[in-house]
Amino acid sequence: MSAPSLNAALLLLADSRLPAGGHGHSGGAEAAIAAGAVRDLPTLAAFLRGRLATSGLVAACLAASACALAASSAGSGTAGDPAGAPPGGWAELDAEAGARTASPAQREASRVQGRLLLRTARRIWPSPVLDGLARAVPEGAHHPVALGAAAGVAGCAPGEAALAAAYAAVTGPATAAVRLLGLDPVAVHRLLADLAPDLERAASTGSGAAASPASVPPPRTAASVWAELPAHSAPALDLLAERHLRAGLRLFVS
Amino acid sequence: MGADHDDRHHAPHPHGRALRLGVGGPVGSGKTALTAALCRALGRTLRLAVVTNDIYTTEDADFLRRAGVLDPGRIAAVQTGCCPHTAIRDDIAANLDAVETLEERFGPLDLVIVESGGDNLTATFSRGLADRQIFVLDVSGGDKVPRKGGPGVTTADLLVINKTDLAPMVGADLTVMSRDAAAVREGRPVLFTSIRQEPEAHAVAEWVIGVVEAWAHGHGTGPRGHGHDSGSPGPGHRAGSPGHSHDHTPV
Repeated sequence: MSAPSLNAALLLLADSRLPAGGHGHSGGAEAAIAAGAVRDLPTLAAFLRGRLATSGLVAACLAASACALAASSAGSGTAGDPAGAPPGGWAELDAEAGARTASPAQREASRVQGRLLLRTARRIWPSPVLDGLARAVPEGAHHPVALGAAAGVAGCAPGEAALAAAYAAVTGPATAAVRLLGLDPVAVHRLLADLAPDLERAASTGSGAAASPASVPPPRTAASVWAELPAHSAPALDLLAERHLRAGLRLFVS
Repeated sequence: MGADHDDRHHAPHPHGRALRLGVGGPVGSGKTALTAALCRALGRTLRLAVVTNDIYTTEDADFLRRAGVLDPGRIAAVQTGCCPHTAIRDDIAANLDAVETLEERFGPLDLVIVESGGDNLTATFSRGLADRQIFVLDVSGGDKVPRKGGPGVTTADLLVINKTDLAPMVGADLTVMSRDAAAVREGRPVLFTSIRQEPEAHAVAEWVIGVVEAWAHGHGTGPRGHGHDSGSPGPGHRAGSPGHSHDHTPV
């Protein structure tokens, strides 16, 4: 049986060494550690599972749709005229991401990371599609949208974009916990390996939910499909993010 | 960040933007004090902004703001997630974003100082972030430090050895430090300072004025020609701006 082919660009996008500012964010781990909610391997495992099942799954779905939108923009030549109006779709999809991110601190962290990722992706995979996204969301696209768009331009499938988003949702906080708590990095990677089936399920959900204007038959619209994307929330993560912003001593931006 | 992003290319410099000066060095050597000194010495004559890379919260930025050496709005803080060297060398995205945001808001500028978080002797700035870099040591770390070398000591465009007033108290021999630094730096300059005694660090400020003027006149690549090997012909690449194309990436 032949292995499914995986786009190698996905590995670059998912790599923590991608110079896109991710190292400065803990995905809520620093605040959870400060609050005593994460203090060892079992509590970190619970934190990561909770994050993946909520904001991680939502990010996977948004990234998959952004990937599909990027691919359809590139294919249909609707990436937008560099001098003209921003192309359609991006602002709507980005608004769906914002609507699913209740905490203002998390929204800001998501936009900052999205802006930095897009800055990096536009130099690595120059494309009018990414230029169009930057123009459509000048304050910085939400991270899952930027990640999905970059993945689409790099030739990845929506499911691959979703996998990268789900992976980022757990590896960021895991790495931060290693630094902040001095946990055994091998033991933490074993936790991550145990999450592999959950990551794949999130990717599959994201892939199934992905929609672009090209893939949605009338009278429905892509925007109406995006409005129905999963919207799981994690109130504890929201509250921790707000608390982190006001913390007197912090190492990570978020 | 909703500023007018189309208005990026307004700076009159031949490079299209201000000189970016990195200030790095170990913890406690005087990076923030030197940055404050440069703001004091140059803030009235040059159009300045500062990016700090704090290890904890925004302490360095707050110190500079309290020092009253520069309009607080012109000081931006970047947080580095336990990894100050990563933010200035391996993943410069957050710092570039901060620099460009300051240039958009206050530009055109002559000089943007990027102060790194305190790190070790191997921490240097990516040439994608800093056009020139100063490495700051202090005598209380021991007079053997220049001999130990490391990329900061050997390759920085200027090596500053601070806290010379403490030399007699810690038994540091400035002659030894000067000789050892000269031996590993292939003629690149070394300046001794005591910012506590001379809060405007005139000698360093003069060096900075020199590199800012050279930059403004288009002699940007300097004696070491660093700009050409950074390999970044990005979407904003323009003829005549060697190696700095990334700075023009439209957002």
